[in-house]
Parts: sequence; structure tokens; C-alpha cells
Amino acid sequence: MIPPVAAKPFAEPLPPGRARAIPWASVVAASAITAVPVIATVPLMPPAGLLMLLAWRLLARFSLRPWAAAPLGFWDDLVSGQPLGSAVLLWSLCFLAIEAVEARMPFRTFWHDWLIAGAASALCLIGGRLIAVPWAAPVGPLLAAQVVATVLCFPLAARAVAWIDRRRGPHA
Amino acid sequence: MAPVRDRRTGFSRRRQYGVFLGYVLAVAGVVVGAALLVLSAFDPPLFAGFRMAAATVTTPVSSVLATGGRVIASIPEAISDHFAVRARNGAMAEQLKAQAAVLTRARVIAYDNRRLRALLGLRDRARTPVVTARLVSSTATSGRRFALINAGRFEGVRPGMPVLGPAGLVGRIVETGPNAARVLLVVDPESIVPVRRTRDGAPAIAAGRGDGSLDIRSVYTTNVRFRTGDLFVTSGTGGLYPPGIPVARVTRPGADTVEARPFSTPDTLDFATVEAPFMPIPAEPGR
Repeated sequence: MIPPVAAKPFAEPLPPGRARAIPWASVVAASAITAVPVIATVPLMPPAGLLMLLAWRLLARFSLRPWAAAPLGFWDDLVSGQPLGSAVLLWSLCFLAIEAVEARMPFRTFWHDWLIAGAASALCLIGGRLIAVPWAAPVGPLLAAQVVATVLCFPLAARAVAWIDRRRGPHA
Repeated sequence: MAPVRDRRTGFSRRRQYGVFLGYVLAVAGVVVGAALLVLSAFDPPLFAGFRMAAATVTTPVSSVLATGGRVIASIPEAISDHFAVRARNGAMAEQLKAQAAVLTRARVIAYDNRRLRALLGLRDRARTPVVTARLVSSTATSGRRFALINAGRFEGVRPGMPVLGPAGLVGRIVETGPNAARVLLVVDPESIVPVRRTRDGAPAIAAGRGDGSLDIRSVYTTNVRFRTGDLFVTSGTGGLYPPGIPVARVTRPGADTVEARPFSTPDTLDFATVEAPFMPIPAEPGR
């Protein structure tokens, strides 16, 4: 069997600056998915920016700095409608939590990553609900549906990240 | 996946300090986030400038995408129109005939109304539309229900203006940018609209629930009964919303607090009219 060969084996890898910027750009673009022209009366769309961030963090450990969650969360807050600071706080906590999990669980499969990302995104959504929406609002079932949709979307984000990371080249 | 052993920094002081600083900044992110949250909790419009700067960039993109979506959505509509036009024409002619009597009666009532109001010497405030724009995007991931319209300060849109759709009340403007404005939809959990029942004028409050419906709360302390199908329109109390705009219809009977479905289900296919506040907003003291 012929081993798979890259389409352009002698192509120059991306310059390091651009290779470092691509993960940031992809998370920013995913956060901006709220610009799609849909007027939602119920919140069911998964937070794409958070999923991309978690996928980068779990699949390509050194693609984002440990402090990258805060500025990326700031941008997400600007476009998501949450009170400013919500994603800055929750995404930073996610990064610290993943750091702690990684120290205890260095050998992981994709299923572990999915579990970690699912737990992180569920906690972020629940935290965002507690921060943004009054206690009495009956949004529990909707929140559960959104959490399920988000967990199911993580493999898509992981695929996208893997594809971008492969294009980015081995030296990034 | 095998662990990456890059956590070791070797003997390079520069590298050691770099890694340490990275973690310090990561924890600082948490602290900054908490501080920003506290600030936004105490003064929600504080960061409106940042938000509307972002919206200034995203709104034109959304507008273009919405136009594309409308073009695509209009294709099947055009096809079905082509085939259904005769049948629909006949149905509409029937409807017109059936409603002729009602229309005559309504004209008589409208004339009576005008005459009686003139007799009473009532003066009506004229409603002044500011701009007609489209809702182009919304906060589909967050529990808050905001939408963006593609008209802003340049078109004369200011915070506090009511936004009306073809079917009823959509919401009100909360933040404005040069070419975009943020609308607080009536279904937002922090939106409150003073309403009255069309049947008897009973005053109530329509508060958003956050799940796409509204709570109708009676403002009387007495036991007020609501029936399924009760219609609620804005009362004009507070002076923000013009009176008589359809808001919601009660979906299940109850007393004091009942669930209702809003009339306007805003989407990007429809226009939204921004109107000046029904009564002029008084100037803030000290400004």
C-alpha cells in the first residue's frame, strides 16, 4: 500500500508568525458565528468559539498560550450578548482546569478529550446562564438542549482544528 | 495521545520565566474577567462602546448574508406563487367579498371615533417613525435575547426607541453604533412592557421569560382571571411604547400570572420600524 503523501511535499512551511496567528484567527472567526442572519427566539446555537478554543487546547497543546483564553473570551463577550467578562472568566477557568486535568491524565484518547471538552463547555454554558439570566427564568430545558448540541458538536470542532493544524505545518 | 514533554524548561532562565509569566497571566485573566463582570453587573451600558464597535464590523457582514438568504428563500416562494396564483386569487376575492360588510362597519366606527374625539377635544400624539431597517442577527448562543438592526446613529436611532414589526412589538433599542443598533427583544428575561387587555383594558405587565414566551402579570392585587386567547396590547404607560401595539396572546388560562405567546416572531425576512419614544425622554439630571 502506498503511504499517503502530502500534496506539496517541498512547499515552504508557513512563517512562524502566521502559524501562531491561525489558531487565534480561527477562534475569533468561530465566535463571530453569531453574525449569521438568524433571529433566534430561544438560545440553542452551540458556542462555536468555545468549542474551537477547547479543541485547540486539547488537540494542539502549544498552539495557544496559557493566557490566550482571556483576550479571546473578551472578543466572544463583545459579540455573544453575554455581560462583558463572562467568557473572559469562564474560558480562563476552563484553561486552568484543563491544565490541572492534564497534569493528572497525560495519556489521553479522543474520547477523554471529548469528555473533558463536554464537561468544560457544559460548565461554561451553565455558568453563563447563571451570570446572564435571572434566577427565576424557566430556561432549564433549553439549556439542557444547548448543552447536548454543544457536546455533540465537539467532534466537528476537533476535525476543523485537526485540518487547520495539518495545513499549518509541523514547525508551527 | 502521548503527553508532550515541553513542560520542562531546562536551564534557560529566560524560558523558565516565560513559562511562569504565562501562568501568572492565565490566572490574571480569571481576575480581570471577574472584575469586568462586577463592573458590567453594576453598570450594564458601561461597555456599550466596545460592543457596538464590534457590531459595526459584523452588521454589514450579516446584512449581506441576510440579503443572500432572502434571495434563496424567495426562489421556492416564487415557484409556488407561480402555480398557486389562480387559486389564491379566487380565495382572496371570496375573502374580500366576505369582509366588505365588516369594512363598511369599521369605516363608520372610525368616522364616529374621529368625530367623538373632536367633540371631546382630545389631542393625539402623532407617532414619528425614525427609520425602517432589518433585524440582521441575534445572540443565538446566549440566554439574553438581543438582536442587531442595520441602522444606527447615522440614521437617527437612539437608545430607548421602540422597535415595531409587522405583527407587533419587537422590542426597544438599548445600544447604538454608527451603523448598527442593539435591540432588546420583548422575550428577553429582563424586558418588561406595560400592556392592557383588549377586551376590558385590564392593565398588566408583559415580562420576557427567556424561553421564547412571555409572562403576563396582573398589576392588580385582586384575583384577575386570564382566559386562553386574551389579547394584550401596549398601554402606553411609561411613555416609551405607543399605545395599541399588539404584544401577546395568552396560551393557557390562569390567574394573576399566565404564559403568553408574543405576536411578533422576528426574522430577517421582515422589516422593523424604529419609532421615536411615544413621549420625549426627559433629560438626565446633571447632564
